[in-house]
Amino acid sequence: MLNEYDLSALIVTLKLASISTLILLIIGTPLAWWLANSKWKLKPLVEALIALPLILPPTVLGFYLLISLGPHGVVGGAMQWLGAQPLAFTFAGLVIGSVIYSMPFVVQPLQNAFAAIGTRPMEVAATLRATPMDRFFTVAMPLARTGFVTAAVLGFAHTVGEFGVVLMIGGNIPGETQVLSIAIYDHVEALEYGNAHILAGGLLLASFIMLVVVYSLNRHFSLLQRSDR
Amino acid sequence: MSIECRFHIVRSDFVLDVDLLLPSTGVTAIFGPSGSGKTTFLRALAGLENNEGYLKVGDVIWQDEKHFVPTHRRSIGYVFQEASLFEQLNVKDNIEYGFKRSIDADQSVMHRAIILLQIEHLLERRTSELSGGERQRVAIARALSLGPKMLLMDEPLASLDEQHKKEILPFLERLHAELEIPMIYVTHSVDEVAHLADQLILLDEGRVIGNGKISEVLTRLDLSLAHGERAASLIQAKVGEHDEHYNLTTIDFSGGQFFVPRKQLPVGCDVRLRVEARDVSLTVERQSDTSILNILPAIVDEISDENDAQVIVRLKVGDDLLLSCVTKKSADLLQLQQGKKIYAQIKSVALL
Repeated sequence: MLNEYDLSALIVTLKLASISTLILLIIGTPLAWWLANSKWKLKPLVEALIALPLILPPTVLGFYLLISLGPHGVVGGAMQWLGAQPLAFTFAGLVIGSVIYSMPFVVQPLQNAFAAIGTRPMEVAATLRATPMDRFFTVAMPLARTGFVTAAVLGFAHTVGEFGVVLMIGGNIPGETQVLSIAIYDHVEALEYGNAHILAGGLLLASFIMLVVVYSLNRHFSLLQRSDR
Repeated sequence: MSIECRFHIVRSDFVLDVDLLLPSTGVTAIFGPSGSGKTTFLRALAGLENNEGYLKVGDVIWQDEKHFVPTHRRSIGYVFQEASLFEQLNVKDNIEYGFKRSIDADQSVMHRAIILLQIEHLLERRTSELSGGERQRVAIARALSLGPKMLLMDEPLASLDEQHKKEILPFLERLHAELEIPMIYVTHSVDEVAHLADQLILLDEGRVIGNGKISEVLTRLDLSLAHGERAASLIQAKVGEHDEHYNLTTIDFSGGQFFVPRKQLPVGCDVRLRVEARDVSLTVERQSDTSILNILPAIVDEISDENDAQVIVRLKVGDDLLLSCVTKKSADLLQLQQGKKIYAQIKSVALL
């Protein structure tokens, strides 16, 4: 059903979304924990920075990323100086863009989940001789499990759905940086509506299913918790 | 092992300022109205508050200007107001969570805790399947299984209804009898104090206003506990003998004996008696033509106004103390004054 061209776009998309989600969970977890527990007065500044991609047009983000990742940008220049390739128009550049672009979708559910735990279970664990790290892995993470599922699914789905940032910094290199959303755009431009339908419909369905999973998990867990009272 | 503590904790709405030497055995109750700083004090002992202070347990300094031993390295067992079991773990895993991590833990101590609190049959249950009382029993067993050097309890019965309170209290009394480590018990219930405490520390607005043996603090006329409807004294006593003919049991204490309706208790067993001030009347001569059996020689120790019409009198009976509430008129007629020898007639005694 999918031609070779669409299939490679699908593979790039899935690879990009998986790697980005993994990186986001690794960076986002400590960040969300810190945001949920810190009383630092400049915290709103950090929260606003993380939430920026929610409201900025993706092209704005993509534009600045392109400039900084390109050979004359701060990051790209440094990479070149180190003897590496500049990141613009590479898969690695796409991953960086996606991580920034999807950050709020991972950090916010985690932050809310951590905040909902409150201090009590962690204090209980401390009186039971658990070190801070131990408490985090054995108490906070299991209690925040819904937050993790929500964060992972939203991070993944949002990365699959990105368009503007990818177009700006990734270009449209088949097999390298061409993702589904851009393939759809190309099909429409070429008036290949049949191919566009298959990809667009597939994305619609997949996104819908992922959201259903998130919401039913949330419901399942909140019902579970209520029955615990 | 003595526990020496000085805390100065400033919060936006109150200041806790205490300097105490806590006894190394028995139950010390921290008693006071809500907002008096009881829980904050207990949390400071556990290292859960961020505060200035000094804390030395035995020979080890847990806190001073330079050191602060974090909670997870303090040899304490802490029971929170609500059971706070980990919902993702079953009962057994909850108990083992701390047991596995505590260097003081010992298999036999854990087994003893499980048996003492009678939760063997609950071990495989999910925490959501437990009643409030069962949860609190599991939480107490979990704390004891750590093999701690002291047990801290923050109103463990406060979140339970009357029926569950009655269910737990006997377990706490057994703990009191069997535990070798000191227990610091925060409460605002006079009843729990009467049942459990050996030592009583009274807190009010962040300050210690009374500290001493429970029988003394309860009968200190300058404190509020010795006044009001429920003013009472506590006497530590032993079961003397059973009178089969009249179905009475005699209870021996330092000032003589009490007769109470027969109790199914072994001779020599320790008991605690509670005598309410309004059940104690006074006579100058020993009455023989009265239905009251419990008449004890006493010495007036102190007198204080209860209200416009009544005074409260503290009596020395042997080494123990009794409170008596009488009218001012009677006090004048009997010419009550400190040091006067009189007789206390006790209408009723409660065995706790």
